[in-house]
Amino acid sequence: MEFVGGGRVKGVVIGAGIVGSLIARELTRYGFDVSIIEKEADIGWGVTKANSGIVHAGYDDEPGTLRAALCAKGNAMYEKLSKELDFKVKRTGSFVVAFNDEELEILKELIKRGETNGVPDLKILDRDDALSMEPHLNPEIKYALYAPTAGVIFPWDVAIAAVENATANGAKLFLNEKVVDIEVKDGRVKKVITDKGEHEADLVINAAGLYGDEIARMAGAEHVPIHPRKGEYIILDNKVSKMVKRVIFPTPSKKSKGILVVPTLTGEVLLGPTAQDLPPEMKDNLSTTAEGLNFVKEKVIKLMPNLPFNKTLKTFAGLRPESPQKDFFIKKSDKVWGFVNVIAIRSPGLTAAPAIAKYVVEKVIEEDMGITLEKNESFNPIRKGITHFADLPPEEWNEIIKKDPKAGKIICFCNKVTEREVIEAIKRGARTLDGIKFRTRAMAGRCQANFCTTRVMRVLARELGVDMSEIMLKSGNSWVVDGKVRR
Amino acid sequence: MRTDVLVIGGGAAGMGAAIAAAKEGVKVTLLEREEKTGGILNQCIHNGFGLHYFKEELTGPEYAERLKKILGEYDIDVVTDSVVKVIKNKKVVTVSCDGVKEIETSSIVFATGAREKPFGALMIPGDRPSGIFTAGVVQKFINIENRLPGKRALILGSGDIGLIMARRLTLEGVEVVGVVERMPYPGGLARNIRQCLEDFDIPLYLSSTVVEVRGKERLEKVVVAKVDEAFNPIPGTEKTFKVDTLVLSAGLLPMVSLVSDFATLNGTSGGLATSNIGQSSVEWLFGAGNSTVVYDLVDYVTIEGERAGKFAALYAKGEKLSEKIPIEPGENVRVLHPRWYSKDDGLTIYTRVSKPIEKAKLVIGNYERTLTNLMPSEMVVLKVPARYLEGFNKLEVSIKEV
Repeated sequence: MEFVGGGRVKGVVIGAGIVGSLIARELTRYGFDVSIIEKEADIGWGVTKANSGIVHAGYDDEPGTLRAALCAKGNAMYEKLSKELDFKVKRTGSFVVAFNDEELEILKELIKRGETNGVPDLKILDRDDALSMEPHLNPEIKYALYAPTAGVIFPWDVAIAAVENATANGAKLFLNEKVVDIEVKDGRVKKVITDKGEHEADLVINAAGLYGDEIARMAGAEHVPIHPRKGEYIILDNKVSKMVKRVIFPTPSKKSKGILVVPTLTGEVLLGPTAQDLPPEMKDNLSTTAEGLNFVKEKVIKLMPNLPFNKTLKTFAGLRPESPQKDFFIKKSDKVWGFVNVIAIRSPGLTAAPAIAKYVVEKVIEEDMGITLEKNESFNPIRKGITHFADLPPEEWNEIIKKDPKAGKIICFCNKVTEREVIEAIKRGARTLDGIKFRTRAMAGRCQANFCTTRVMRVLARELGVDMSEIMLKSGNSWVVDGKVRR
Repeated sequence: MRTDVLVIGGGAAGMGAAIAAAKEGVKVTLLEREEKTGGILNQCIHNGFGLHYFKEELTGPEYAERLKKILGEYDIDVVTDSVVKVIKNKKVVTVSCDGVKEIETSSIVFATGAREKPFGALMIPGDRPSGIFTAGVVQKFINIENRLPGKRALILGSGDIGLIMARRLTLEGVEVVGVVERMPYPGGLARNIRQCLEDFDIPLYLSSTVVEVRGKERLEKVVVAKVDEAFNPIPGTEKTFKVDTLVLSAGLLPMVSLVSDFATLNGTSGGLATSNIGQSSVEWLFGAGNSTVVYDLVDYVTIEGERAGKFAALYAKGEKLSEKIPIEPGENVRVLHPRWYSKDDGLTIYTRVSKPIEKAKLVIGNYERTLTNLMPSEMVVLKVPARYLEGFNKLEVSIKEV
């Protein structure tokens, strides 16, 4: 077979979410010539950014589905992946709590499913054991399904890490670039056309999240319809972390896993999500609602009656890509050679993502499409994250400050983020305030950026050589300050 | 490193504390996390500061400069750009460009000030565009960074900073379309309502709140509605303002996260609970300024800072301080400071009523005082002579309607 990249297969990955990013990295492992195209201003700013951030144990999904097969596998893969890519996974474990014997029956079913799916160490705890492990649970609970392998991550950490590693291995990243068409000739993909230009392609990976159906339509490929399901969340101050050790789920319903209590990596407690189905044309509706936030509160109070809502830091909403048939839609197109759908990646997509990437390359590309995979001998799987110096032992931090005093200059007081970390984030591609926030956790603390916005803006303006008025909060024209007060 | 009195925070309280402690002849170290001392005064370029303490009207930076000058007259180790990571017993770990250091001290004056309630805490539904700032951030943009926050602004909350920013924005050419306050009365001082809103014809919408913010990238519009007595929005009263800037002035919260795990907090203020001499529930930890209670005037902040500094120094010198007896909030008292009384010094009560009261009688111990026109926004400050407090083993402050 002949490829546009000469000897190399030119692969274009559409979407720099966690799925697209990990696939892109996997493709560089086999020497593909990879381009990643993302319409947002940064990596992981679609579905990846706004979800519960849970590495699920894998007992939820119906055996026989791709979701079930890839979830438990993905969970196990996070171990090695987090070491290679230097991001944090915290194995908090999880509880599914039951308030009565009917719900206990569902827990037993989950255990059965979990065992079929290969989930280790599941067990049902009685009330006393559950309460001794999580003293702030509602004392009216009767049982809890304990899954020690569940954990939490910051999903965008993984996407950023994967893209950094992919680009270190030769991939190219195109941000702020929106795909507008896909050229197909003689039944083969030819080009991905964007609002900025064109990208030749032998292989197009459709990892466009909410927009996966639209991208497939551009290519004339098979697809499933995708509609957004909105999830609203509340975040509580990290002082609340003392009250929650594990991810707490209610007994699930048919539609969703319900409203959860999630102790995040940095101690804030995440509550949510709601599950509101929106029509397909509302894929950019990220607004919170009074009803949604109240619903989260009500349900959380049932799980943990004493959580202090007066310690609320912020609220937000995210959208998950839902499709009618529920399962992931991961396959090559039979109509358009070279086009691969990796869409409808709803929960547990985050957990499954590492397994999805492997599946796409080894099963879909090699086995189903017959493209021979050859290991790229120079592939380096290791990426180093941005060191958060406050996590280091004082002596080690001191050594770094001696070499670079900026490593001792705290920019974000709440989260103790230094100027050197902010500069490092900019070096790695942060161009907006949110870009710095998601890479360093500056501006994400208790004061919610009230003390450090201008401090971060000064560093950003200086490092990029721009005026403060050119700095954006996030994607698009989200300017922060207007002109000068006086010249 | 070792010191006698370690002052954390170089604002109006911390500088006062450091000066008073130095007067006692002990070794004093003052830590400031920003590039220079002065705290929030540095960005408050309006006037109205200092009438009580310096007996003249000053701007914020002028007030800070006066204190800095006095500070400079003493042998005080002032360390700027230094952030406290953790306080563990009498050891404090700091971080600066000079490294991570541990300071051992005999006592601490905790004077970290307050922070603004963030927008997210209000759980207002809608989008999350740029253009939503707290008043303090806007103040910093204009006064320190020389940048305007936008072209058309609405202000949520009629606290003093919000009122002052309404005037400031107007003077700098930003159109301020109104100030929204959910209470039936303003949150700031009466003089600020007059000088910042009325003088500039800026409408004040009482019993109203923001129910929705809209804008995908930059803020585009804000929906305001009237609220009922339980602060629930009243359907049908919505009014839409097309603005690119929303300025939040929803109140200040004492910053206590460094001590809240081991010291008692004042439930009425959210700050570090202290006695009238500034001592907290932990005998070596003293508190002063807005980290104990949010004051109306910076003058009180410095005065109480001095007191805490003095007694922190006496403690460091090994002087025995008297037992403290508790002071509890009674009827109609929403905010009360201090929370213990020690007869080592006089008692000044700082309190706020829980609702507007026309005429009231404040009672503590054997002391009574008639007060008129009390507003929750205006702090009641009263010196209570010691003779009225003798013979009590606990005290209560109540404000009875007459």
